[in-house]
Amino acid sequence: MVNQYETVFIATPVLSEQQMKETVDKFKGLIEKMSGEIVHEESWGLRKLAYNIQHKSTGFYHMLEFRMEGENIKKLEIECLRDERIIRFLTMKMDKYAVQYSEKKRRLKAEAKTEENKEA
Amino acid sequence: MAQQSEIRYLTPPSVDVKKKKYCRFKKNRIKYVDYKDPQFLKRFLNEQGKILPRRITGTSLKYQRKVAKAIKRARHIALLPYVTDLMK
Repeated sequence: MVNQYETVFIATPVLSEQQMKETVDKFKGLIEKMSGEIVHEESWGLRKLAYNIQHKSTGFYHMLEFRMEGENIKKLEIECLRDERIIRFLTMKMDKYAVQYSEKKRRLKAEAKTEENKEA
Repeated sequence: MAQQSEIRYLTPPSVDVKKKKYCRFKKNRIKYVDYKDPQFLKRFLNEQGKILPRRITGTSLKYQRKVAKAIKRARHIALLPYVTDLMK
């Protein structure tokens, strides 16, 4: 069954911008290879962690929203575990309210952006 | 003998007016509790980062479950601490 999922992962802060991009592209490629469809992505940049993970106090956050066959999630998570650039990840199945919420958030953001452009 | 009405207080006795608690999710028609918003979730935590009970926050059972889940997710991706002191 095809569901909408949301994955947030934290990459090690030692990566350069280029390496971070490669990591994200790798997972985007993986999702597409498993006939998934990326709905939205968001980079939160380098953030301070609330507690240390693997002796690191900061990390690059990245969020991916996608629609995919539920069976393939396991494969994606195994790939996350194997990749040593990723120190933490979380995959969540989105229910209809979660989908509505994220769509609304994106719409509001887009509106704010267009208004900014108008003013400028 | 002094009459009852002549009794004066130095400080007027405080009469407790109980403010009715309400579920903020029901009131504002919020259907989904976002785990990616730690600032909002902090309202449901005490100083040590523990989840506050329903009897204090007034959240309905349905949304308390969702809040708890969202907080636990936020903790997993290090947006909120598992244990801390003086968070606020």
